[in-house]
Amino acid sequence: MSLDLFLQHFLNALTLGSLYGLIAIGYTMVYGILRLINFAHGDILMLGAYFVFYGISTFLLPWPLAVVVAILGASLMGVLVDRIAYKPLRDAPRISALISAIAVSFFLESLGVVVFSGLPRPMHQPEWLVSIITVGGTRFMPLTLIVPAVTALLVLLLLWVVYHTRPGLAMRAISRDIETTRMLGVSVDKIIALTFGIGSALAAASGIMWALRYPQINPYMGVVPGFKAFIAAVFGGIGSIQGAVVGGLILGFIEIMTVAFLPPLSGYRDAFAFILLVVILLVKPTGLFGEKQEDKI
Amino acid sequence: MKPSAKTRRDWTLNAVVLALFALFLWWGDGSMARDMGWNWLPARLNGYQVQILNLVAVYGILALSLNLIYGFTGMFSLGHAGFMAIGAYMSALCVLPAAQKEIMWLIEPIAWPFSVLHTPFWISVLLGGLAAALMALVIGFPVLRLGGDYLGIATLGFAEIIRVLIVNLTPITNGSLGIKGLPAHTTLLTSYLWLFLVLFGMVRLLNSNFGNVLKAVRDDEVAAQVMGIDVFRSKLFSFCLGAFLAGVGGALLGNLLTTIDPKMFNFQLTFNILMIVVAGGLGSLTGSILGSVIITVLLEWLRVVESPLDLGVFTIPGIPGMRMVVFSVVLLIIILYRREGIMGMREITWDGIFGLCGRLRRPRGRAGTGTDTDGEGRA
Repeated sequence: MSLDLFLQHFLNALTLGSLYGLIAIGYTMVYGILRLINFAHGDILMLGAYFVFYGISTFLLPWPLAVVVAILGASLMGVLVDRIAYKPLRDAPRISALISAIAVSFFLESLGVVVFSGLPRPMHQPEWLVSIITVGGTRFMPLTLIVPAVTALLVLLLLWVVYHTRPGLAMRAISRDIETTRMLGVSVDKIIALTFGIGSALAAASGIMWALRYPQINPYMGVVPGFKAFIAAVFGGIGSIQGAVVGGLILGFIEIMTVAFLPPLSGYRDAFAFILLVVILLVKPTGLFGEKQEDKI
Repeated sequence: MKPSAKTRRDWTLNAVVLALFALFLWWGDGSMARDMGWNWLPARLNGYQVQILNLVAVYGILALSLNLIYGFTGMFSLGHAGFMAIGAYMSALCVLPAAQKEIMWLIEPIAWPFSVLHTPFWISVLLGGLAAALMALVIGFPVLRLGGDYLGIATLGFAEIIRVLIVNLTPITNGSLGIKGLPAHTTLLTSYLWLFLVLFGMVRLLNSNFGNVLKAVRDDEVAAQVMGIDVFRSKLFSFCLGAFLAGVGGALLGNLLTTIDPKMFNFQLTFNILMIVVAGGLGSLTGSILGSVIITVLLEWLRVVESPLDLGVFTIPGIPGMRMVVFSVVLLIIILYRREGIMGMREITWDGIFGLCGRLRRPRGRAGTGTDTDGEGRA
């Protein structure tokens, strides 16, 4: 493999990995606080992409404005999902909330089929993002560099929020001990809603970039990225934001590089993530950055 | 020990209901009129109704098997579609004659042991179940050490891996083309025979001491361990048995629909079965049967919302896809407002039914408890 080709694969892997990482953050934040696998997260990603599509085609918004509106809309949807489907089940067994999450996911997908139609739609791509640039022998789109850059920016912003603001402090406190935090006078429900909002906004950002990278959107587009991002979150250690990003990047590199170096395996690409998941769960269930939790008897 | 009068009554009633149901099925698929030459019988059920009845039975078997794994042993497994796929493919490979397989494998010729394999339907269904159970044994050793939702995700991942394997192992599975032209062996009699065999076996199993072991593992793993129960082995056994039944269900489903392909065995299928179990009641056998009747009929009946509605003056156009929206909302409502499902952990028993009748007759009188936690009757 020539260096140019390798660089091209490297950039692709970096893009895919950052997209996974960005989605994984939403899973990891919600899981860290509520111990709930938010199955609907992947569908929020889909909603984000569709909001941009309709923002541009139906409401004729300029592209940047459409993106902002879409992210806000998806974030609101995330909060709504929590309010309607998860909040009533806070004291229920965890599996009930999980089943509720699966039901919400199917609801959003089938609603997508009804409202947006099941036909794949083309995504508008601004010219400057996708015109091919050639540096040396490596050909790439500006998008391939912009995605990791935006991801890095968002992650830094998020880390600042979580570690240097009061709501962030509350989030970390809730993930330690929800009852004690409530007793200390933190309005837990508001913080949880905020968590869903942030996670969904990141998912929407990722969905929009995903749709720019692979410019075709359909109501089921979020399912596979969602699952894989969840695996990335488990891989990085669920509950840890840095872990989610690292896990996403590693997963992206595994997927792209295995296929690049071993083309006969390309048919199995979708299975890599799941094999990785089973392996990590068996070898180190807490993931790379996860904290060990002792079961209380 | 002589069975008490109550047990004898229950057995008699069960036998009567079973016999009546068998007669109904015999009439339903038209063979009664044909075999006996009774032309005065009311017209048989049409193909659509027979298909729905068949689906109810197959989903019933699948729901019972998931209930064994999740409802009675407490392992949250989302790998059902994978086990079903294994069962369906294995049985399809066994039941098809060699010549037909040779024609169908277009991309690559079929691999050796499967190219000559040809067994009767019964054996192929059993082989399908066994293949699924074997796979469950292999993956059970590592994944059953995980608990809670991690187990769910790992089994879900396993089901996805199976699907990817089926797409790629073209010499065995015919890849994404799937297998078509399976003989429609799943008739009303076979599917319901299987359903009752499974139900009877499960009732016996769960009322045995081993059933108590499984419930103990479900309720508190640590406590069960302290009591000297080999938790891992009990879980593994339940997992493999559930997978066996899932494989059988998959095999019956394949022979019912006469065509299988990898796309069919996606997460949606697992989800539907999970919903039947949850709606019927986790840990309730009769609940699972009831759930499969309700959900299967609901899924078919909801087709109404997709077809145009003619109101005479104007027509409401049908909305394609609306069925699944309504379905998921219904399930969301169940999980939000009646988490334990229709039956909870109770069963429909003859005592319960008589109690209910008595209460209806004497509204203010005190009747017996409506239901019983480990009764065995089935109405």
